Amino acid sequence: MPTQKTWQQLSALVSGLIFGVGMAISGMTNTDRVQGFLDLAGAWDPTLAFVMGGGLIVTFIGYKFVLKKPSPLFSDTFHLPTRTDIDKTLLLGAVLFGAGWGLVGYCPGPAIAGLSYAYPTTLLFVATMLIGLFLARIISRRL
Amino acid sequence: MHPFVLALIGGGLVGLAAVMMMALKGRIAGVSGILTGSLIESGTERLWRILFITGVIIGGAIPVLLSSDFKPPIPQSGTLLTIIGGLAVGLGTGIGSGCTSGHGICGIARLSLRSIIATCTFMAAGFIGVYLLKHVFGGA
Repeated sequence: MPTQKTWQQLSALVSGLIFGVGMAISGMTNTDRVQGFLDLAGAWDPTLAFVMGGGLIVTFIGYKFVLKKPSPLFSDTFHLPTRTDIDKTLLLGAVLFGAGWGLVGYCPGPAIAGLSYAYPTTLLFVATMLIGLFLARIISRRL
Repeated sequence: MHPFVLALIGGGLVGLAAVMMMALKGRIAGVSGILTGSLIESGTERLWRILFITGVIIGGAIPVLLSSDFKPPIPQSGTLLTIIGGLAVGLGTGIGSGCTSGHGICGIARLSLRSIIATCTFMAAGFIGVYLLKHVFGGA
């Protein structure tokens, strides 16, 4: 029998697979569509609202059941964020993220899910995003 | 199938992945957080994050292998804009503790005030970013 650690790793792989399939069929990997959703003053494309809606309904109901259990199936504890304060880094981060999202049409999930199409823009975006994430680690300690 | 139906199903699958991640491993399925962890953690803590990311990449390829309809068009942004955008998304989700999946799906599903405010803020910034790009600087 696989050990609990192996089940944990398998869970991550399978969850990632389902996540990626969802990204690819939902239209989120299409930067034109994403920018169309964010373009309120242009020909507004509501598709993304359906992605968010579908994701939220399933997660909201699923979490209700899951978080009632004493622990996850293959781990001892639920790792839930504990912070509740609204600080300036949260807001500044969200502004930066939203601006970058609008400019290119990629947020992290769809950019990763789109890597296999090997578009140079996608590869460049993911590379610079990783640099940004790494820089954020350094900056966060000073903020 | 209509794009809205596919969007709803695709979103539902993202939700299913988030619920599985919590039910099986007790983790938030936030891509920016998992990416950061894959850079800075080590051992099994790094491995599960790399496996999740690998899953997302393979998962993204599967529908396209089955039907070319799922292959998105080439992103339009040029080199400079892509670099600026990538850095902004990485920095922003890094210091803002999450992106569309972590805050927008997992956080809001937990009714976290931080995530609700972050999501409203990055949506608004996205609207403004696209407005400036398409209607102020870009023309069409």
